[in-house]
Amino acid sequence: MESGRSKVLWIVGAVLILVWSIFPVLWIVMLSFKQPGEIGNRAGFFPKTWTWENYRTVFSTDLFTSALINSIGISLIATFIGVTFATLVAYAIARLEFPGKKIILSFALAIAMFPVVSLVGPLFNLWRDIGLYDTWPGLIIPYISFALPLAIWTLSAFFREIPWEMEQAAQVDGATTWQAFRKVIVPLAAPGVFTAAILTFFFCWNDFVFGISLTSSGQARPVPAALAFFTGESQFEQPTTAICAAAVVVTIPVVVIVLLFQRRIVAGLTSGAVKG
Amino acid sequence: MTAVETAPPAGGPAGRAGRRARAAEMSDRGRAERRLGLLLSAPAVIVMLVVTAYPLFNALYLSLFSYRITAPDDRRFVWFGNYVTALTDGLFWQDVFTTFVVTAITVGVELVIGFALAMVMHRALFARRTLRTAILLPYGIVTVISGFAWLYAFDLQSGFVNAWLGLGDYDWFGGRWSSLFVIILSEIWKTTPFVSLLLLAGLAQVSNDLDEAATVDGATAWQRLWRVTIPNMKAAIMVAVLFRTLDAWRIFDNVFVMTSGQNQTETLSFLTYRQTITRTAIGLGDAVGVLLFLSVLLIAVVFIKGFRVDLSQVRGDR
Repeated sequence: MESGRSKVLWIVGAVLILVWSIFPVLWIVMLSFKQPGEIGNRAGFFPKTWTWENYRTVFSTDLFTSALINSIGISLIATFIGVTFATLVAYAIARLEFPGKKIILSFALAIAMFPVVSLVGPLFNLWRDIGLYDTWPGLIIPYISFALPLAIWTLSAFFREIPWEMEQAAQVDGATTWQAFRKVIVPLAAPGVFTAAILTFFFCWNDFVFGISLTSSGQARPVPAALAFFTGESQFEQPTTAICAAAVVVTIPVVVIVLLFQRRIVAGLTSGAVKG
Repeated sequence: MTAVETAPPAGGPAGRAGRRARAAEMSDRGRAERRLGLLLSAPAVIVMLVVTAYPLFNALYLSLFSYRITAPDDRRFVWFGNYVTALTDGLFWQDVFTTFVVTAITVGVELVIGFALAMVMHRALFARRTLRTAILLPYGIVTVISGFAWLYAFDLQSGFVNAWLGLGDYDWFGGRWSSLFVIILSEIWKTTPFVSLLLLAGLAQVSNDLDEAATVDGATAWQRLWRVTIPNMKAAIMVAVLFRTLDAWRIFDNVFVMTSGQNQTETLSFLTYRQTITRTAIGLGDAVGVLLFLSVLLIAVVFIKGFRVDLSQVRGDR
């Protein structure tokens, strides 16, 4: 089947994919190590003199450090709550007979297709009325609701594959209900829950629309929103290199998660979408 | 024996009759199960409803008023005046056109590139892990940051693209179509991985026997692709197209970062944002938001009813 020529073609294809994926990220990294003054002269791809200056700048900027704390805190809390809710729903859908299963799944699907911006005006009003504007919960609540659909499908797909009979088998062998659940079901369900958590975290980490619309200060503004409004240290210097340094910092967790759990992420993204 | 009812083999008449018999004798258990199911689903459903349903109706209501936050006393009920204002304004239709162009080009190109990526991943003989990691990188990166990456690559101040392509001082962000080109490029880079993963899952479902049978019958590689592989993964392709179309139709983040809607690069999402948050013209902004919502609904209906996209797989019912 595989002749020498087609092998070469596959290799070329693979190399192209690598370059295509990594190149833009590499460019941001290179810029983040350039001196701010080196930007205007179009000096090519690599920095002339490598410098940590930009990283020092962003970590001494209150706006960025508070945004980083906001992003981490809000994303983690929203992920935790969202995945807990989604796990309950997915368990019910996979194991119990009750009316409204299909409705819940269709409703989740509808929300996944929802244009978020359409809600920004009313939410902006509502949050200002009830005091959630520019607070952590004010972002956590919308994050949960818009990340839920993806988590629910992913988990439903995973939970349908679990051999639930094993729980009864363990009970027959003399385990209590709680033991059977903890020792048999939890280890089987954990990978799916973990995958849903990664996807949910990515969603929250990535959000921009809510971040710029429902916050106004360092109190709750997450990093992507803060970067878009970042104007730099002084009026005479372009903030380009500083923004790139901040961008690299925000990208590090993403790269780490992808490197460690790429198989999980692929399984999660494809399980809910197409019957595997 | 108090076995919890797990789904019996669907469609089997014995299974169904058995379930009915069991349902009669276990109605108490059935009721308890129903209660538990609804109870477990309640938190998620409530959160989703609160954040989507209420604001949506609120938007519908407020879109009937002429209302600016800066002048709350001047709030007047104007029926569908805001909709007339929006729909008779050339700017609105220009934004619709921009959004349409971006959507059509990105989804079309992504299908082709995504399919090629899926094929390479599907047939990769080595370095599978590395490939998967590389493909997932754009998926995981924050959209705003991918916007900055492409902006700074093409930007006159900091970019290297002009130097590499020998374009001198060509200003990519000086004109409408060149700006849109870069926006589309960044969108394609960021979201092709998602498409290719969906298509990869579809590819995995096409059995090799069919492919081999076609080879034995003397089909060329091209014929096998178009007559065997693609028809057999139609469901996956349609789901990918639907999701990406709706996603591209809502494009916002990279437009905000790269052009802020300058040079006629404004999209529908951006127009909604600009009216509600920037101009605080809540009434008019909500009207545009409702129109955006309706357009998404229309696209979804056309796909699901018109092209018969099978969403049962996505929803996970069997």
